[in-house]
Formats: sequence, C-alpha cells, structure tokens
Amino acid sequence: MRRSYSRALGTAALAAVLVAAAGCQDTGSSNGDDAASGDCGGKIAIFGAFTGDNAGLVLPSLNGAKLAIKQHNDANADCQIEMVEFDTQGDPAQATPVANQVAGDTSFLGVIGGHFSGESDATMPVYEAAGLVMVAPSATRTDLTQKGNKSFFRVVGNDGTQAGAVATYLKSQNAQRVFLIDDASAYGAGITAELTKNLGATVAASDKIQERQSQFEATISKIKAANADFVFYGGYTREAAPLVRQMRSAGVQAKFIGPDGLYDPAFPAGASGGAEGSIITCPCLPADKAGGTFTADYQAAYGQAPGSYGAEGFDAAQIFVDAFKDGKKTRAEILEFVKNYDKQGVSKYIKFAENGDVDPSRVVIWSYEIKGTAFEPLQELKLS
Amino acid sequence: MINKMRELDRSRVNALHSVADRWKALPKWQRSLAFVAFVVFLYYLPLLGIPGLTWLRTDSISGGSNWAGVLFTCAVYVLVAIGLNVVIGLAGLLDLGYIGFFAIGAYAVALFGSVNSPVVQYFQREFDLPPTWAVTWAICAFIALVMALISGVILGWPTLRLRGDYLAIVTLGFGEIIRIVARNMEGVTRGPQGIAAIPGPEGPPSSDNQIFGLIDIKPWYWLAITVVLLMVFAVRRLEHSRVGRSWLAIREDEDAAAVMGVYPFKFKLWAFAIGAALGGFAGFLFASRYAFIDPTQFNVNLSILFVAMVVVGGSGNMVGVSVGAVLLAYLPERFREIADYRWLAFGLAMVLVMILRPQGLIPSRRRARELKDRAAEAEEAPAHV
Amino acid sequence: MNFDDLFGHIGQHTVDGLSKGAIYALIALGYTLVYGVLRLINFAHSEVFMVGTFAVLGLWTAFGVENNPPIGQAVLLLVLGLIVAGLASGGTALAIERIAYRPLRRKNAPPLIFLITAIGLSLVLVEIFGLVLPKLLGEAVPSMFGRARIILGMPTIIESKTLFTVFGTSVTNIQVIVFVAAVAMMALLDWFINRTRYGRGVRAVAQNPETAALMGVNQERVIMLIFVLGGIMAGAAALLWSMRFGFTQSSIGFVLGLKAFTAAVLGGIGNLRGALVGGLFLGIVEVYGATLFASNWEDVIAFVVLVVVLMFRPTGILGESLGRARA
Repeated sequence: MRRSYSRALGTAALAAVLVAAAGCQDTGSSNGDDAASGDCGGKIAIFGAFTGDNAGLVLPSLNGAKLAIKQHNDANADCQIEMVEFDTQGDPAQATPVANQVAGDTSFLGVIGGHFSGESDATMPVYEAAGLVMVAPSATRTDLTQKGNKSFFRVVGNDGTQAGAVATYLKSQNAQRVFLIDDASAYGAGITAELTKNLGATVAASDKIQERQSQFEATISKIKAANADFVFYGGYTREAAPLVRQMRSAGVQAKFIGPDGLYDPAFPAGASGGAEGSIITCPCLPADKAGGTFTADYQAAYGQAPGSYGAEGFDAAQIFVDAFKDGKKTRAEILEFVKNYDKQGVSKYIKFAENGDVDPSRVVIWSYEIKGTAFEPLQELKLS
Repeated sequence: MINKMRELDRSRVNALHSVADRWKALPKWQRSLAFVAFVVFLYYLPLLGIPGLTWLRTDSISGGSNWAGVLFTCAVYVLVAIGLNVVIGLAGLLDLGYIGFFAIGAYAVALFGSVNSPVVQYFQREFDLPPTWAVTWAICAFIALVMALISGVILGWPTLRLRGDYLAIVTLGFGEIIRIVARNMEGVTRGPQGIAAIPGPEGPPSSDNQIFGLIDIKPWYWLAITVVLLMVFAVRRLEHSRVGRSWLAIREDEDAAAVMGVYPFKFKLWAFAIGAALGGFAGFLFASRYAFIDPTQFNVNLSILFVAMVVVGGSGNMVGVSVGAVLLAYLPERFREIADYRWLAFGLAMVLVMILRPQGLIPSRRRARELKDRAAEAEEAPAHV
Repeated sequence: MNFDDLFGHIGQHTVDGLSKGAIYALIALGYTLVYGVLRLINFAHSEVFMVGTFAVLGLWTAFGVENNPPIGQAVLLLVLGLIVAGLASGGTALAIERIAYRPLRRKNAPPLIFLITAIGLSLVLVEIFGLVLPKLLGEAVPSMFGRARIILGMPTIIESKTLFTVFGTSVTNIQVIVFVAAVAMMALLDWFINRTRYGRGVRAVAQNPETAALMGVNQERVIMLIFVLGGIMAGAAALLWSMRFGFTQSSIGFVLGLKAFTAAVLGGIGNLRGALVGGLFLGIVEVYGATLFASNWEDVIAFVVLVVVLMFRPTGILGESLGRARA
C-alpha cells in the first residue's frame, strides 16, 4: 500500500515537473548574441552536400569559401567573420530545417548556398521571408531566378548560358548531326533541354539514360543509327565515363562534348583513356587566366587544384567579406549591398542582374580538351 | 566480446521487462496520469529547455539543424514506422518498396495542391480557373490517402499470392518504379525539377501565414505529433480486433490459419492497403511541410532505412518501431560527426540486431516467443534448415 | 515508340542483349544455388560480385597494367584475374555464410530475418569499400580507392574489334568472349552439380535436408560449398565485367544484383539452367525496351516483365528445382 502511494506521488511529481518545465523559456534558438561583438564582422552560414555521394562536387566550393574567410580573418584581427557550415547532403528535406534554423537565428546575416538547384528551390522562400540574402555558388537551374524571389543571387552562370555557349561552339565546329543524351537528373536534363532549344534542326536524335546505368548498348546503337558527328552528354562523371568508353570501343567516332558536371578528374580517369579528346565546357577560368593569387593560394591550402566551383565559392564568400568590411551590420543592409555589388571576382566580373543572375554578359565559359587525365584549356567560348 | 554484448543485452532486457511489469501493476488512474504527462511532454518537446537536457537539442551544436524541424522529421518517420509495422510486424510481409507509397502521398498533394504543378495548370487551362486556383489542402489529404490505398491494392493484388521472398523483390522494384516514373514523366510531375509551392493547412507557403509560416516549424511538429497519436490509437484498436488476430494467425502459420477459416490473401491485402495508406499519409505530411519535392528524395536507400527502423526497434511492437524510427532519424542529426558513417552504422545495427536479438530492441512479447519457439524446434531437430 | 530502330536492327539488338544478359546469368547463379538449397535470398550476393571487381582492379593495379597489353600478357592477366576474383568473391561469400547466416540457421530464424541481415551486410560491405577503405587507403592507392564512391577506371585488357558481320549485325570479340566464357562457366557448374559426388550431395540436401543428413551427407559442408561456388561464379562475372566495361565503384553491385536476382526469378529460381535462360531473356528485354522507349525506362520495363511473368508462371520460365523436380 505504502509503495503504491509513494509511486503515485512520484508519478504526480513527474507530471508536475514536466508541466512546470513547459513554462520555461525556449532557450535553444536565441543563443547567438556573441557574434555581433565589435564594430565589424559577423556571422554567415554556408550549406550544401558536404558529406554523402555528391560531396565531391561541392567540397571545392566550401574550401574556396573557407579560404576567402580565412584570408580576411588573418589580415583583419579586428574584423572577424564567422562562417558556420551546415551539411545538407544535397537533400532538400535536410536543407529546409537548416534554413529554418539559420533564418530563425538572428545572428546570421547572410547565406552561401545552395549548391544544388533542388535544395535552393526548397529553401529560397524561407530565406526570403527572413530577409536573408543567399549567394549561390553552383545552383544553375534556369528557372530559379524566374520565380520573383528577392533574396536569391548566384555567382555562376545558369544552364541556359552554358547551353548557349555549347551551341555556339557546335555551330563554330560546323556540327551537322548532334546526338543529345542526358541522365534525367535536374542538372543534366535541364542543360540538355536548353541546348535542344538552341540547336534547333541540327539535333539528330536524343536519348535519356538513368543514374547508375552501366551498359549503354541501346544508346550507342541509336547514336550509330543517327550517324551523329557530335555527341553531347548532360550529366555527371559516373555515367559519362563508361558511356564514352563504350562508345569508343563500339567504334563511334563522334566528338564527345560535356558540360561542367564532367569537369572532374575522375571522368578521364574513370574512362581509362576512352575520354581522350573529349571537349568539356566549364564556366571556370584556366589557372593562368584567373586573376590574383587564388589558384596558387588554393593549391597551397588544400594541396590540389580548385575543382569546378572552387572559385565561385571563394567569390560568394568574398562578397560577404566586402559587405562586412563596408560596415554592413543587418540582414537588410547586406541584402542591399549584394544587390548593388559591382566588382571583379576570381571567377568572373560580378554584378547582378535584377533577377539575381550574375550579369550574363560577364559570364566566362571556357572549353577544355581532355589529354591524358588533364584538362587542357582550348578557348573562351562566345555565349551566343 | 559477443558473449559480453549478449550479457549486457540480457540485463538490459530484464530491466526493461521489470519496468514493463511494474507499469502493468500500477493502478489505472496512475497509468493514465503518466500517459497524459508523456503526451504533454511530447507536445512540449520543441520548446525543450529543461536544464541538463538542452544538449539533446540538435541546434545545441554548431551546424545543427532546427530542433523543431528534426522533431517533425522524427514524427513523420514514426508514422512511417507505424504503417510499415502493420505490414512487416503484424502481417509478416516484407515490403522493401514502402518509399513508393510515401512518394505517392507526397506527389498527390504536390500534383493537386500546388500551382506549380502541371496537373493544376492543366485544370486551370481547361476550366478557365484563376491562376491561383488549386485543390485545397484538406481535400489533398483525402486524395493522398485514397491514392496510396489504391496503389497498395493494385500492387498487392497480383503479388501477395506470390511467396514471401518474391514479394520483397517485387516491392523493391515497385518503389524504384514510382521514383523513375516521377522522374521521367516530365509533363505530369515536372520530372527532376521537382514541384515547389506545395500547400499547407493555410494554403500555399507564404510568410503571411499566421500559424504554418515559413520560419517557425513548431506548429508543423504539433500537427504531425497529433496525427501520430491518432494513428497509434487507431492501429492499436486494429491490432486487437478480429483483423489483427487474423494477421497474427497468418504470420505464425499461414496454412493453419487457412484451415481455421482465415482467408490469408484477404487479410494480407488489408494489411498491405492499410500500411500503404499510412505511408501515403506520412508522405503527404512530408510534402506539405517541405513545400518542395523532387524524385531524388524518394530513393531506395530510404526504403531500406524504413525497414531498418522497424526491425531494429522491434517489429510488431509499436513502441519499439517508434523508438527505432526516432533513433535512426535523430542520431545522425544530433551527432553530425558520424553523418558520413550513417549508412555503415545502419547496416551494422541491422546485422547485429538480427544476429543477437532478432526480435528487436524493444520487442513485442509475442514475437519474441515465436522466435524462441522456432529456436527450440531447431534444437530438437538440428538437421532442418 | 521507335519500332523502326527495333525491327531494323533486331539482330544487333539481340546480340547486344545476349552479351548483356550473360553477365546477369552468371551472377544469377549465386542467388539460385543458395536459394535452391537453403530457400534463402542471399541479398548480399551483389556485394560478393562488387568485391570481385575490386580484386581484379587491385591485381591489375599491382601489375601496373596499361591499356592494350600484348596478347600473351593479356591472357595471363585474365587468367590471374579469374583466380584472384574467384578467391576474393568465393571468400567473401563464405565469410558472409559463416558470420551472418550460420548463427541465424542455428536459431531456425524465419526467412525475413535472413533477408534483413543480408540487406544490412550489403550496406556494410558497400560502405567499407566506398567510405572506410578510401579514408584509410585513398591517398596510398588512389587508383583502387580514390573515388571508389563515384567511379574507378580499369585499363583495357583486350581491345574491342568487330569479329564478323552477318546481315548487318556485327559481333565483337569481347561479346563473343563474354558470352562463351559465361556459358562455359555455367556448363561447368551444371556438370559439377549433376555429375559429381559433391554435386549429388548438393542435390540431396536441396531435395530433402533430413533424409540427406540420414544418408550421411554433411549438410554444413554442402552449404559452404554452394556459397563458395556461387561466389566463384560471381568472381567470374566480375572478371568479365572488368574486361568488358573497365570500371567499378562501391555501389556497383546494387543494380546488377537486382537485375541478376530478377533474372534468377524469371528463369525459375533454384534452377541452374533457368538462371541462364532468365539472364539472357532479361538482357534482351532490356535492350529491346530501351530501344523502343528511352534508356531511362529500362528498369521499369525489367520489373514490369518480372511481375507479368510471375503472375502467369509463379515459378518462373523453367520452373524451380535444383537438379531434379521436387515433389
């Protein structure tokens, strides 16, 4: 009897504690008053796929951004900028709670991201509602800047720009019969659709493959049937490497062209020589053309060449560095600063159009030819 | 080392059982009071500020996600686990394509509720509707439920007559097919681009919404936890009904059940359809909260994660599967350092649990007994495989 | 729907499909052997194949093989590759049996538990090769583990050449080698199961484990034997894969394993000749389907065909049985 009494008391006490605790303040989300110390500096967030299968595409950009922040912080002891990394694995469903967190924590004054179009699309309304500016280093889907979002900017050309450059290149090469392939991903299908619009009648035929596909007999026999002189593949390394190799071993001589998704050392390595002579377009400058010491600094800091979006990551971070240097302290001020940004960056000259795209005439797209496992710069491409 | 783990596990189980026994010995009013306190605690969780417990919050670490956002994910996964538990735990059918139903629910609300979707745009064109027109959220909920239910029946009808292990592979294929179709049918689903502006209870996502706004996620969690509690109640009723007992009979011995007049196919189909509907509803909640979906979010890994939640937690026991779901959703968020290793950890957890404790961490007692019976039979007749 | 292409080049598509299906068939044998004896889907068999491809890659890396070695060297590399891949895959299969399945068998666990264990094992193996080993050894041997998650290239051992052309259908040397080697391996296995003493033991256990035990068949040894045999077949498939496609990645097994299992079920699981028929059938169906629609519908077509076949012939095309008909 006594035992059950004491237990009842215990239960009641537990309930009371819980109810009392419910009255307590919500302490977790407002712990960010430390960053605003001093007259200069502040806190920004960067989000993207820093782990998982797609991390290889995104880490160069993260490293580039880190480099910009570090260079600034080392040079300006009185103006420290803090950059907090949020890993989303590229998944919109993980990027959204991150966006809620960053938007709700008023100490964050700006965001670098998203790195993929899906996660950008999912989080744009959240950041816009919080008045937080987003500067995307590698979200290239064309329609992201057509939604009327007021706080989304990107320092990279969109798929349409790159597709335009590919189209002019193909025309300059006198391409007659172009075969288009894409991997049905947001990136690959997007850029290929833009290219289809640009090319018009020179598109001989097309096929779609799927991710993780390894055997391409059907596609190759379609290429043969179309008697193509150029094959464009919109997609990533994993499928492109076996595709190009199987094409070559099946005796297809057509020139292989790919966008910046293939600007990846794993592509020629994975194709073991099959990718020789392929043309890759990339909105990235060759090392010797890039301004300043960025390439050398990156090499020194990380022991490897900046990958496809290293320079864009650096530029995105540099915009915020400049904003803080300029004494901007609120989200609204920084949004305004980014909107009017007008300066040479390491990847290109950065000035934003009304819709948040980087001024299309300033986008620089280079073509590279694969020789061995290296990407040899060929020429700068005209955009249209 | 394995023996040591076994021993540890045994003492843990004993402790668990003694807690359960004591719980059962409590007078009813105390049990109800404790239950009410637990429910209150669940609703209080997103505000968690009890000193000493704040480290549980995912935003207590640098780079951590929004706490209420993670709780919402946990709640949706619990809903998934409860639904999948009906299929795996109660009826004993291995469904490796549960993500398919989840995706169907998500796409139902996206296709009919978002002005961004080609389906809605088609209706607008055909019937001269204003460009802001879309199906209301509540009706979308109903559509999601019905579409998932129907797809469960359509998939179950031809396949449930197959032997159990064929079912696993066919459902795995089904999950992939749903994703591939969503990705390839660009004219209907916008393909890989995904659909944005999926509505919530207050209409399309907008910062003007009073409750379900863009930044504060707590109301979404409260909505999800309410749904979870309702579903727990409903499934519990079902479990103890005639249908639930039939599932049990089929799971333990299909032939014997058939002899006793329980038509296995009918009840299997029921389990499949009910599981599908729950999965669809979870997908519906998922899509409305994130307001954006694309096909990459419904890949086969998630299907396997769902199965892992159920079997690691303890299939057949709703508390067990819920704990499994919360652990697998929460741990990688709180301990970001291990995020890269999460699949390795899930795989190891599945293997270890199956070898050491096939009934799961918090097993259903009946299920544990079934496994024990089988093990005893094996000792009597060692030659049988 | 591109009927012109399909019927215009039907011969070519059939040849392509056969060479595609031959590899499915070899992997399918592993599923079928284990299923025939234990009534168990060895879901981790896809990873047995994956380990085989890494073994081949490791061997060729160790020898520093370049593209297109002289023919004598190429043959030597292929033979060594077969041995190494067979050992690695067979060993992996055996390890899986000893570590995971044996304890479960002792407890007479239901099939569901085996299946879930296998899925877990599969995840663990993929992550070991895609994450753990690259973190440990990625810098030391980049060609073997550097980008194991994305893609690792292998040198071309035999250059593809058109061997002969009949009615506009060209057949390459690689296609012939793959097809002949696969069929030869299968014939060897079929002979082993049907004609040797060990094979008789396997058939006996498959038909009735209790009676086989009474007749003095060592059941544990038979089980080990079938796992090893299935592993060796997967190793052979891994070698043919490496020769034909020249790349691998940590998750290479998943899609292939799924297709191979589909092939096994299509042909009639537990039936060795069924694996061959199912594999070739699936390969042809996929190539036809991808030609008719687009390649991104390939998997959908494969699964729809599986469901349709199972609806009308629940035991697959040739029916189930290992060796002889079961009562």
